[in-house]
Amino acid sequence: MAGIAIERLVKRYGPTQVVHGIDLDIQDGEFVVFVGPSGCGKSTTLRMVAGLEEINDGTISIGGRVVNRLEPKERNIAMVFQNYAIYPHMSVAENIAFGLYTSGLDKAAKRKRVEEVAEVLGLTPLLERRPSALSGGQRQRVAIGRAMVRDPAVFLFDEPLSNLDAQLRAQMRLEIKRLHQRLGTTIVFVTHDQVEAMTLADRIVVMRDGHILQVGAPMELYEKPADVFTARFIGSPTMNIMPAKAVAEAGRSTLRLGEAPLAWPTALPSDVLIGVRPQELRVLDQGEAADLILSGTVAVVEPLGPETFVHVEAAGGLLLASAPAKNPPAVGSAVQLGAAASGLRLFDAQSERAL
Amino acid sequence: MSAIASPVSGRIEPGRILTWLLLFGGGLLMVTPLAFMFATSLKDSSEIYDLAFFPAHPTLENYVTVLSDGRFLRWFANSFGIATAVTLSNVFFDSLVGYTLAKFQFRGRYLVFVAILSTLMIPTEMLVIPWYVMAKNFGWLDSYWGIMFPGMMTAFGTFLMKQFFETVPNDFLEAARVDGLNEFAIFWRIALPLVTPALSALAIFTFLSNWTAFIWPLIVTTSKELYTLPVGLTSYAVEAQVQWELIMTGAALATLPTLTVFLLLQRYIVRGVVLAGLKG
Repeated sequence: MAGIAIERLVKRYGPTQVVHGIDLDIQDGEFVVFVGPSGCGKSTTLRMVAGLEEINDGTISIGGRVVNRLEPKERNIAMVFQNYAIYPHMSVAENIAFGLYTSGLDKAAKRKRVEEVAEVLGLTPLLERRPSALSGGQRQRVAIGRAMVRDPAVFLFDEPLSNLDAQLRAQMRLEIKRLHQRLGTTIVFVTHDQVEAMTLADRIVVMRDGHILQVGAPMELYEKPADVFTARFIGSPTMNIMPAKAVAEAGRSTLRLGEAPLAWPTALPSDVLIGVRPQELRVLDQGEAADLILSGTVAVVEPLGPETFVHVEAAGGLLLASAPAKNPPAVGSAVQLGAAASGLRLFDAQSERAL
Repeated sequence: MSAIASPVSGRIEPGRILTWLLLFGGGLLMVTPLAFMFATSLKDSSEIYDLAFFPAHPTLENYVTVLSDGRFLRWFANSFGIATAVTLSNVFFDSLVGYTLAKFQFRGRYLVFVAILSTLMIPTEMLVIPWYVMAKNFGWLDSYWGIMFPGMMTAFGTFLMKQFFETVPNDFLEAARVDGLNEFAIFWRIALPLVTPALSALAIFTFLSNWTAFIWPLIVTTSKELYTLPVGLTSYAVEAQVQWELIMTGAALATLPTLTVFLLLQRYIVRGVVLAGLKG
């Protein structure tokens, strides 16, 4: 097992810089998830850690050893790819054993190791099958098996679940998490799916345009997003963001949004963005009080079973709010939405950074 | 009937009948000379110019004559050996170059590819003289190597393999790199098995074209013991007399390996032709 240290890491493709000098320390045994939209540099960073992409500047150390110039096979890592990359011309057993290509073990020892890994992943009855005879989830398990068999210092996962259907994805998510709890090996996992990031990670690294925006535990990012992008990216459904005016006076401010002015205990710039998660913006009962109250008209109702979300035209846009699962408001009806001050996140309208 | 009946109405569509007739006509056109060749090989020399399709008195005499002629077996072995060696060489080198062009980024890659591709525009007839001069200068005239060297690697094969290797996802190669394979092992153990259909098509076409090659082996060889089968068969046609029954028997025997290859590898050939977008 080993930690990873990334220092001032830069990647350029010709004149285009795609990773802009990022720094990150990953602890030994930590499960770190890189998350961000397509083209944010998360996969490129992972591939640089793997040694599949050249580094233009900066250093990557694995287990305290700088690996910039080392071949992938010399880095003691294992990688699971988005398309599984299990060899179609080999059986499951041969695929898993391929992870031991450079191990120097004899045939019997390899077989024993393959059987152990297959047992852990529930692949024992499938060992002689070809990949074409496996389901998507089974293929992904084989890919994980090939990575596991080598007992590497670091596991790298490059969007490994994105080709699976929703149900299988949830199941594999659980399996990967249990695997990490069992093996305790450092894992770096890349995804564009914030649900995967939230459910799997010890720490999430939010990336955008080749920069790291925020690093933190899932709930830390959820509760205290550093900027509007992270606020909207983490959490489902997406956070509502509303522009508002603030008047600062003697170290305090008054926010002007909604039915009544809202007192804020700190000085704020004049233009702010107010963020509120749909779970914290509720449809109010008649006469119910709240710190922030917005009036609007219900445009769409989305019953989800245990809860119902309503899209409400209010505050100059379409806001998503939660409503009682039973008896939600009807489409077209006038409603009042309310949120507690503690549920509001404030951002500077210019920089979009948290205030 | 079901093949040419409309699945909806059950009626036979005129378009389908036309297709079926055209295919039947085309098939007949292909099979008739082959059948005539086999029929002629069973004829006595006195029947050759009767032009009857079937022999009046079928005999295997011609097969006995040809097979007991030591030269025929030698030519057969020459053709087989040469076609096999050239095929193996093509399968290896065309794949290696195709793989390099498809999967590695290096300066001048496009130029190399265009240079290889441009040789496809030059007809064989124009290449024969430079080949001959080259063979003469290197002392390869009248040798097996002289027959084989122009075909040991082909632009077509390289192009075909490059196109196929481009369809192999890079993830496979990168996974192998992470697993610790060196670049040749990645090519040999991972990439090559993934393009088996293209490889089969290349092998089959290369073998067949070398098995039937005539012009170059005729030019480069003078010793009869080095003749390939198609060249050797011309020995049965001498000025005074053309022994059609023996030529047809030799030709019939010459088709046996190709027919065997076809029957054994039919699946791969059809798939290879479809995949390669070739017209056969």
